[in-house]
Amino acid sequence: MSTSAPNGRIGETLLEVKGLKKYFPIQRGLLRRTVGYVKAVDDVSLYVREGETLGLVGESGCGKTTASRCIIRLYEPTAGQVLFKTRALSPDGSPQVVNLLELNREQMNRVREEIAMIFQDPINSLNPRMTVSDIIAEPMVIHGKYQKGVSEERIIELLRRVGLRPDHLRRYPHEFSGGQRQRIGIARALALNPRLVLCDEPVSALDVSIQAQTLNLLQDLQQEFKLSYIFVAHDLSVVQHISDRVAVMYVGKVVEMAGSEELYANPLHPYTEALLSAVPKPDPLYKSDRIIMQGDVADPSNPPKGCYFHPRCQYAIDLCRQKTPEFRELKPDHWVACHRAEELKLRGI
Amino acid sequence: MAVATAPLAVPAKRKPISQSYWSLVWYRFKKNKLGVFGGVVLIVLYVSFTLIPEFLAPYALENRSSFAEAPPTAIRFVDAQGQLQAPFVYGLERRIDPVKRLRTWVDDTERKYPVRLFVQGDEYLFLGLIPMNVHLFGIDADPREARIFLLGADALGRDYLTRILYGGRLSLLIGLIGQFLTLVLGVTLGVISGYYGGAVDMFVQRFTEFLAAFPNIPLFMALSAAIPAFWSPIAVYFMLTVILAFLNWGGLARQVRGLVLSLREREYALAAKSFGASDWRIMFRHLMPGTMSHVIVIATLSIPGMILAETALSWLGLGLRPPLTSWGTLLQDAATVRAIRFTPWLLWVVPPILVTIFAYNMLGDGLRDALDPYSGR
Ligand SMILES: Nc1ncnc2c1ncn2[C@@H]1O[C@H](COP(=O)(O)OP(=O)(O)O)[C@@H](O)[C@H]1O
Ligand SMILES: [Mg+2]
Repeated sequence: MSTSAPNGRIGETLLEVKGLKKYFPIQRGLLRRTVGYVKAVDDVSLYVREGETLGLVGESGCGKTTASRCIIRLYEPTAGQVLFKTRALSPDGSPQVVNLLELNREQMNRVREEIAMIFQDPINSLNPRMTVSDIIAEPMVIHGKYQKGVSEERIIELLRRVGLRPDHLRRYPHEFSGGQRQRIGIARALALNPRLVLCDEPVSALDVSIQAQTLNLLQDLQQEFKLSYIFVAHDLSVVQHISDRVAVMYVGKVVEMAGSEELYANPLHPYTEALLSAVPKPDPLYKSDRIIMQGDVADPSNPPKGCYFHPRCQYAIDLCRQKTPEFRELKPDHWVACHRAEELKLRGI
Repeated sequence: MAVATAPLAVPAKRKPISQSYWSLVWYRFKKNKLGVFGGVVLIVLYVSFTLIPEFLAPYALENRSSFAEAPPTAIRFVDAQGQLQAPFVYGLERRIDPVKRLRTWVDDTERKYPVRLFVQGDEYLFLGLIPMNVHLFGIDADPREARIFLLGADALGRDYLTRILYGGRLSLLIGLIGQFLTLVLGVTLGVISGYYGGAVDMFVQRFTEFLAAFPNIPLFMALSAAIPAFWSPIAVYFMLTVILAFLNWGGLARQVRGLVLSLREREYALAAKSFGASDWRIMFRHLMPGTMSHVIVIATLSIPGMILAETALSWLGLGLRPPLTSWGTLLQDAATVRAIRFTPWLLWVVPPILVTIFAYNMLGDGLRDALDPYSGR
């Protein structure tokens, strides 16, 4: 089991993902022969420190959901390492770094107490046949921690904490609005006192007016319960205010990762620059200089040679068409995968 | 300070705010008159044919008499003199038609027997527990001397109404028990097959295809030939139920599998998995309930098929055999040219079969319409 982490960050790193890959086989015909692979996640490396929020940003279909599901093994990754500093597996509760992908089922289930997930779709992520109280109780029931009385109190407490009322307990999900349902999902995620919460676009299905409320709630909860978040979003504007650090994904790869301010001010990857140019500016007189990317997102089952972004990149040179750029730490804590990162002067906001 | 003194309006009594899926289904089902009618008819049928046929029937099942092939007895209110009377029946007298060489029965207007409610007669166990001898109706007479045959008598002089009532028990229960076994088999295998996919799915799918492709009658002959001849009739009956269920689960399993395939990717199943739920829990706590409304409709609509299968197989002599009495074995007696020519009342077994089937279909349609209670809101 590997316990090393680059640059001695181990003391504070809660989760580190290295070279994570998930290839979905494409099967055809009667015999379901595998004719190719969708490289949904193709070499993702990132880390999350204790108590911080890592924004994971990229256009739709670039593998954010797949990557976050691989982290808690809802999907079995094809390759890579997911190192997590867990307390669940040591007898005295002292932290211990383990590779989640090497755990057996029983060990993994113990670690699942410490990692929870909030889903994108507030309608589909709650079982329509279960009451709110059953839904929130489920993680406790699964882990054998449900005790009559004590747990009921805790569920009511959780409901209150996310802004719902105790008399909502016996109701069914369809009786709530989208924002309320997402709050139920949040309460469920907190039921086992996790340390890391994977939020897969938790607000993108909600009305704009409710998004801010929900984001505030998530931030308050983070403070209160010392949570770490991986916060998935498809544009940079949502994560701007809540992320400590941001990782930008493009077609299954993380292309840039840095502290929020650094990334917004001094992007090093042309894709980040393009995404930043799409962030709405508060000043209405600001001249729009949005970079319109040509072409579509590359097909993850048939990605282009070299840098996956080169067909859409206005700075692409021959090298970009030939060789895959390496993900490297160009400045302290600022990682990028671009051949021309040093020479380009890119525009932030 | 001026304070409005009018009492606060008492909030009007509202519909309970929180409604589970099933209470919504029920609410919509109740509005479907035909469906409710079908359900009520079925309750009446099941109560009278499976719970209390001993009480409703005037005689015991195997109570033979000398009145072989007596036609249905007419209940009369007016006697030979044209006088209005309490209901009564005439005694029967045997005649031999010398020309046609045929035995016939004619009314003997000299002998009159009053029809009574709650008469004492053959002993039986009410609900299988309480010894009783009271029957809903009957006549005041020595059973060797005269009888009441509302639907005629069979070749052994047994009351045919009695036989239909008792026969319903086996036929109706085979539908219910058989469908229940089908359901258990089909749902379990369908859920497992849909959830795990891969080799398990492959095996279950090929097996159901094999069952579906195999001609049923020869398969049934083989299976029923495998039932040892020395088995008790009840064991044979049970075996028949199992065989019917075994032949029928495939279709249901396929449908459940399809539903599970789509439900499996719902995020609530993934959510449960993300918290470490066991496969078992995901399959039977999260996925199966989502298929249940669909399954119940399919099951309701296919019980008639089950009942008809028993009837048809018994009629072919492959299913239940005498002395077991079911609608199928009764139909076997009725369905000869001779029977239709000389004892047409033996066809009275057909209406209860039809009523049962119609009732199930009405109920099933009602349930289907109520299936998706969220759609109409
Ligand atoms: N279960 C799956 N089987 C096959 N392909 C999948 C599956 N899930 C996702 N994909 C593919 O993987 C790619 C990434 O999808 P996803 O992770 O959902 O992206 P995102 O969350 O960033 O929108 C997409 O091309 C999608 O079609
Ligand atoms: Mg997604």
